[in-house]
Amino acid sequence: MGTPPESDGRVARPPLPSFALEARDVQKRFGEVVALAGVSLRVAPGECVALVGESGSGKTTLLRAFNRMVVPDAGAILLGGRDASGLDPVRVRRETGYVQQEGGLLPHWTVLRNAAMVPWLLGMEDAEAWGGEALDRVGLPQDHFAARWPRELSGGQRQRVAIARAVAARPEVILLDEPFGALDAITRAEVRDGFGSLRRELRMTTVLVTHDLHEAVELADRVAVLREGRLEQVAEPGRLLSAPASPYVAALLARARLGAGRAEE
Amino acid sequence: MRRFVSIPIFAALLLGPGVGAAQDPGEGETVRAVIVASKPFGESYLLGEMFAQLLEARGFPVERRLGLGSTEVAFGALRTGAVDVYPEYTGTGLLAILGEEPRGTPHEIFRRVSAEFRERWGIRWLPPLGFQNTYAISVRRATAEALGLETLSDLAGAGPDLVGGFSPDFLGRGDGLPGLEEAYGLRMGETRSLLQAVKYEALERSSVDVIDAYSTDGFLARAEVMVLEDDRGFFPPYEAAALVSRRLQEELPGAVAALTEVSGLLEEEAMRELNRRLEVDGEPLTRVARDALLSVGLLADAGSIPDQEGLRPRSEGLPSYLWERRHETVQQTLRHLLLVGLSMFGAILVAVPGGLALERSRAGAEGVIRSVGVVQTLPSIALLAFMIPLFGIGVLPAVVALFLYSLFPILRNTFTGVRDADPAAVDAARALGMTPLQILRHVRLPLAAPVIMAGVRTAAVINVGTATLAAFIGAGGLGDPIVSGLALSDPWMILSGALPAAVLAVLVDAGLAITERAATPKGVVVSGS
Repeated sequence: MGTPPESDGRVARPPLPSFALEARDVQKRFGEVVALAGVSLRVAPGECVALVGESGSGKTTLLRAFNRMVVPDAGAILLGGRDASGLDPVRVRRETGYVQQEGGLLPHWTVLRNAAMVPWLLGMEDAEAWGGEALDRVGLPQDHFAARWPRELSGGQRQRVAIARAVAARPEVILLDEPFGALDAITRAEVRDGFGSLRRELRMTTVLVTHDLHEAVELADRVAVLREGRLEQVAEPGRLLSAPASPYVAALLARARLGAGRAEE
Repeated sequence: MRRFVSIPIFAALLLGPGVGAAQDPGEGETVRAVIVASKPFGESYLLGEMFAQLLEARGFPVERRLGLGSTEVAFGALRTGAVDVYPEYTGTGLLAILGEEPRGTPHEIFRRVSAEFRERWGIRWLPPLGFQNTYAISVRRATAEALGLETLSDLAGAGPDLVGGFSPDFLGRGDGLPGLEEAYGLRMGETRSLLQAVKYEALERSSVDVIDAYSTDGFLARAEVMVLEDDRGFFPPYEAAALVSRRLQEELPGAVAALTEVSGLLEEEAMRELNRRLEVDGEPLTRVARDALLSVGLLADAGSIPDQEGLRPRSEGLPSYLWERRHETVQQTLRHLLLVGLSMFGAILVAVPGGLALERSRAGAEGVIRSVGVVQTLPSIALLAFMIPLFGIGVLPAVVALFLYSLFPILRNTFTGVRDADPAAVDAARALGMTPLQILRHVRLPLAAPVIMAGVRTAAVINVGTATLAAFIGAGGLGDPIVSGLALSDPWMILSGALPAAVLAVLVDAGLAITERAATPKGVVVSGS
């Protein structure tokens, strides 16, 4: 993706985000199934935390608690230090970037309208300009892509539009749920690297759900391993690889062929 | 969403030209019109028309509602005061309406129904018209001669070698075939269920050998057909008489007196001749009825009732017949569109928001949709009959019935279309901060639009077909010539309603197919197209 083209100055934003996320002893069950059995995790401003774990470990539930798509049964979510339960969920979601595995583009909207969706919802002036600028940033020049329909794009291009949509309104926080999971290996690496530099550039506080440890290690400042609704270990990638906190984490690393001896960073 | 605006406009266009046609003419200012009805077969039409002309000759304005669906519909309309008079048979009154065994002399039966109807509903049987109409088991004369058949006892011996073609109710009724088999020890080789309209043709073409005719059928006057004598007196007598509503007795006793004038004047032989002219020769109803009244001296002036149509030789070509009737056909088509348009408009207005509401509260949705689907399984004629106590007869009950029939496809498609709209897109829209209303308006509805339109299309095509049955409750439309044509055994009259109705169904389907495509948002590929 490389460096996005310079734009016209609206890009200006505080160089350092102040937005931290925090989960405090969050619990959630769906019927009989316990999704989160008391999870506490703090994500520092500008930090990228990857949530990893097997299916059913609760990682997506935790992610969706940060934009109020999931309301905890007990415990608290703090957004920028404020208790999320007192905030308007619609407002929270509009101010939080979100990317899901299938992209979830609106099939009856053009690429540009999709990208401009959140600025439009926020009532920003020139919503389409913001959307177009975001398209440029993710490597889909708006001159070429703005008028196209989602179904005319490749899987990788669609996922880039989803990322553009998530960042178009310049959120301080972005949440991603297996964002590259559906892509083939080469495309995945491309989109992932593109996102990595975009994230650093925009300095977004990031939570990324993935089942791919390589991806977690590649992108994240810290990796949080979930198992059956509890945090097994939270550590920087290097530390995770060199000192797995439990046999479970070690087994997970081994299965991903990420040995304990492998150097990182 | 924008595209939905076109539906009310479309409906309004449909309604525009039809509204005038919906208003019934001839409501007198001081004297209200007497509403004369009949059931949908030839003799009933004839008697109804005779009642109407007699009343008109005595100075009473008349509104005709001939050909009402069945005993249930016609009697239901009379009971609720939606019609004032129609011809009925004492045996039918006893058996089908009171549900009693038809036993006794004609006089006993008349006394019985007279007393019972007056007590239960205040309905009055005027003195019988003078002829009886009962089942007349008939065979081809050639068959009778070959097998030596004269009576039903003779038939009992030959039965196993013969094929019977009977009307559905005759096959099931206690005073029909089951009773006949018991009384005579009769066994048919084979029986087929045939409608009245095709029975004689089936007999003449030797498709069947024995039929259940009525003793006054015009076809019995033909040389090729012979009625077998009911030598054991099995069939009860069915005396024809005018059945008069409580309302008419209270409001217009003079009209009741006028109707009584025809009592006792019509003989069986004369009726059979009149029926023959109507059903076999295809003479116009108005003329046959007028001649009948003239012949019994109830009309003084032969010219007082003008011929509304000339004698139509049945050799005339179908195209020229249709061309002659074009003005009526246009009127009936407009009325048909009115019925379809009003009921569809109402159904869309209720079922689309209803489907959306069900989607929001999914718990009871399947149950609600299934209950609405039950309406679909009701036979149309039964649903129409249910409407009469609530809405009388005419356009309103027909529109309500068609509305009920149209709900289900639209409701079901709206619900499933909105529920199944691209789940990933809906989830993303929610996660990025669309309100539920925005999701509905900008995501679910546009994505569901083609599915909803497909439901509307299905409902509309069913509606155009079902609306032909509205003629049974006096709502008019293209069903009118179909019902009349069936009653009068006039295939071209049937076609003059059926062909435009078929064309209309095809046009509505094609038109809505275009709308369906237009409702499909750009960028969305509809599966299967």
